[in-house]
Amino acid sequence: MMEDIAMHILEILMNSIKAGASLIILRITDSLDQDVIKIEIIDDGKGMSEEMAAKAADPFTTSRTTRKIGLGLSFMKGLAETCNGTFKIDSQLGVGTTVTATVQKLNIDTPELGDIGEILMESIQSNGDIDYEFDYITDVNAFHFDTKMIRETLDGVSLLLPEILLWIKDYINQGIEQAKEEDTQ
Amino acid sequence: MKSLEDLKKMRESALKKVEMREGGKTYRIVVGMATCGIAAGARPVLNRLVEETAKNDYDCLVTQTGCIGMCTYEPIVEVYDKDGNHTTYVHVDPHRAVRILQEHVGQGHVIEKFTVEAARKAEGNV
Repeated sequence: MMEDIAMHILEILMNSIKAGASLIILRITDSLDQDVIKIEIIDDGKGMSEEMAAKAADPFTTSRTTRKIGLGLSFMKGLAETCNGTFKIDSQLGVGTTVTATVQKLNIDTPELGDIGEILMESIQSNGDIDYEFDYITDVNAFHFDTKMIRETLDGVSLLLPEILLWIKDYINQGIEQAKEEDTQ
Repeated sequence: MKSLEDLKKMRESALKKVEMREGGKTYRIVVGMATCGIAAGARPVLNRLVEETAKNDYDCLVTQTGCIGMCTYEPIVEVYDKDGNHTTYVHVDPHRAVRILQEHVGQGHVIEKFTVEAARKAEGNV
């Protein structure tokens, strides 16, 4: 299930959605120069107390009531530790949560980035009211995506129409590919 | 190449479609996307549903829901027709997803053998 980095990110995005965020920012810094991939997920959801944030990456900690295990953050922490990276949760009750993970880009244990367009499409689809910003930053280039801009262009038409969701997925993946290409030139 | 211009065109055609639709009613397809659904393979099903709906211009919306308490039957796809009738399809894979669109949404025929009732009957568990 967790075969690429995108899958880990999807789990954290789902946490942000459940935390009642109205804006979720995903920022991926993909640097060959520094040999690091940095992933930041920033939300304005309900946040966590200091005590909860400190143990949130423990698999036997969860805010849900259906069962006492939560794996999203603990898996991401595991990924960072396996891939010679770092992991951090900053959270404040009533303000929001920021999850930051890094992995070594050229580490043999670092998985593929995966289909970022697809996980963003799936997150957008699960709740049409949340706004997303996405940045993909390489050493020489950057791609920016913002659902607010899409909403303005659509002017009242829903983001959740299948053809528009597909467009979002392709547009994001195209942006990532372009930023990568120019990086290798 | 995808550009923001595409969005404007999609907006126009979406508005036309809404005008043509009688009483604003449409099919609604709901995919269970909780951990149980995703583990059983709901993501490829959801993606195929979105792709096929867009490609063939089916008159339906594809949405997500959480766990509906029948984890052993995941991936589960629920279809609500224009009159609010509700069908629960179980053990759906991308291939079945395409058939559900073609036969149920396209032609209005429920595919009985893919439903939860048929699955329970086969298990002798009615």
